[in-house]
Amino acid sequence: MLRSSEKFAVIFFLAGSLLVMASFMGIETSTYLMNLIGQIAAFSLLALSLDLIWGFCGILSLGHGLYFAIGGYLVAMHLVKVAFEKTGTPPDFMLFMGWEELPAYYFGIESFAYLLFIVFVVTLSVSLIFGYFSFRSRVTGVYFAIITQALVYMAMLFMFRNDTGFGGNNGMTGFSEIFGLNFRENKTATVLCGISLAVLGLSLLGCKKLVDAPLGRFMRAVKEDESRLRFLGFDTVYVKLTAWCISAILAAIAGLLYVPQVGIINPRVLSPELSIEIAVWVAIGGRGSLIGAIFGAVVVSGLKFILTGLVPELWPFILAILVVGIVIYLPNGFSDGVKVFSSNARSLVSAPHRKLQS
Amino acid sequence: MTKFDQAIYVSGLNVSFGAFSVLKNLSWLVNFGEVKGVIGPNGAGKTTLLDALTGKTEYQTGDIVVRGRHNIKDANEPAIARLGLGRKFQKPSIFSGLSVFENLEIALRSGKAILQSINQLSPHEQKKINETAILIGLSDCLGKDAGTLAHGQKQWLEIGMLIVANPAVLLLDEPVAGMNGEERTKTAALIDKLKGPEMAIVVVEHDMQFVETVCDSVTVLHDGQILVEGPMQAVKSNQQVIDVYLGRDSENA
Ligand SMILES: Nc1ncnc2c1ncn2[C@@H]1O[C@H](COP(=O)(O)OP(=O)(O)OP(=O)(O)O)[C@@H](O)[C@H]1O
Ligand SMILES: [Mg+2]
Repeated sequence: MLRSSEKFAVIFFLAGSLLVMASFMGIETSTYLMNLIGQIAAFSLLALSLDLIWGFCGILSLGHGLYFAIGGYLVAMHLVKVAFEKTGTPPDFMLFMGWEELPAYYFGIESFAYLLFIVFVVTLSVSLIFGYFSFRSRVTGVYFAIITQALVYMAMLFMFRNDTGFGGNNGMTGFSEIFGLNFRENKTATVLCGISLAVLGLSLLGCKKLVDAPLGRFMRAVKEDESRLRFLGFDTVYVKLTAWCISAILAAIAGLLYVPQVGIINPRVLSPELSIEIAVWVAIGGRGSLIGAIFGAVVVSGLKFILTGLVPELWPFILAILVVGIVIYLPNGFSDGVKVFSSNARSLVSAPHRKLQS
Repeated sequence: MTKFDQAIYVSGLNVSFGAFSVLKNLSWLVNFGEVKGVIGPNGAGKTTLLDALTGKTEYQTGDIVVRGRHNIKDANEPAIARLGLGRKFQKPSIFSGLSVFENLEIALRSGKAILQSINQLSPHEQKKINETAILIGLSDCLGKDAGTLAHGQKQWLEIGMLIVANPAVLLLDEPVAGMNGEERTKTAALIDKLKGPEMAIVVVEHDMQFVETVCDSVTVLHDGQILVEGPMQAVKSNQQVIDVYLGRDSENA
């Protein structure tokens, strides 16, 4: 029998593939619903990426929005360039700056394959350089979390500048099409949602394989007692770096899936709040449980979608109460709750047994 | 005696924390084939000596040479461990969330290059883990979470994690602390089995009986300096040792 992570991975993948097929068979779906599910799938992937390093390797990042934004901004550049070439309407920031053409670093980004390549290269470079220097200098725990947060904040300040060619504080929008599918078509939302779900499924499966592999065992050992591992002769820098880079790439893919679905990116994806929210999803869902992290992202961002519509001013308080409640009663999030529940069930079942023995 | 008989050679070692000097111009030698005891009152610097040997604590001056040719002045903990120094800590330190098997597996892979360490286990490595588990008396608990083991078993597991990696030098900080008589006997037997011409074992202990049973010779550390060195028999009757350590001990008892 498949274990639960694998089961969910297959379900996500199949559901995603079915949606893509359905859209090509001309089945109409609710654009609103597809957008909602697709965005939550992207958030789930983001939560998964943080859980991989925080839940399994003990490294808390409060700046994972940085990698999400790398994916998001690069796909926005792709979409902006495609729109400019197809429709001839220049993006707002070009008009604003009085530019005749896009800056040189937009070269080639209209190609989707090149986009994927460049997302990979940029994410890997940033995560590798940052990770290597932090892990080598043995910055850990709270200090590491603060540095990640400072970095995402710096990136936000940079992106707020209007002369960078990334849209400044208004961000980038006005996308027209993605792999030839017009954003006005109903099909597009369905396809994007399907792809997001399928990618989430594949990533979940990959993460499951990773944490069960010898490398995953080393990650858990780092989380438990990093210095013990060093005294056994193991250079922990490399395990942490590998986990960190994989996590960063997953976060970037999440950003890449998210931005076409919301149709805009602006520097607020780099705000410290968003990065903290990712940690909240994982904490609520359950650190160290892959499904838990996804569950946390679904529940919290689902609630956010609903409640910010109904009672926008109450949302921060509801979130705060949820976080405090979870931290006090279920230190490992909902997955703890599930464990408590199932072990109660088990002890009920085995209770007669014990009577016989005594 | 060639210089390669020397497992650990320490000369003129000084360790201080700020103005507080913990090891003072210490020179010390451990040869292969021997089991060396290190005793001394609390705060004498026994653990600090092991800290300096394993790269946990920086030393200000002096040299530490491992296996006759490796000066570890600039090496970090993993690099020193890969020279064959395995250390058991005073406070048992194992990966409590991992199974006994996984603990041994991690220890076995740790000394290898990173790429080698993520392959599947070879049958030979599998066998090595099983043999070690038998040696430390934990072959029935391989699947158990290490955190659920009894205190004594945790100590054995930690020793097992060192042996599975084929160390040249074992540094054991209080290996029988918190063990009952039977467990102490088993631990002594284990150390006896590990003893051999290719292996040097350092035992830091407060249990005199145990030190006398397993150690060939003993170093008495006091106030960061070596007070006396020699076979336990001679050390026991040394007046200085009785004054600073043994005497005080029996007063307490
Ligand atoms: N990191 C440190 N910073 C400051 N002082 C330290 C540090 N480590 C050890 N010391 C001091 O060095 C002295 C020697 O400590 P050490 O732990 O080596 O003693 P020990 O011989 O192992 O004692 P015990 O038998 O209690 O384990 C103690 O006075 C201790 O307070
Ligand atoms: Mg000590």
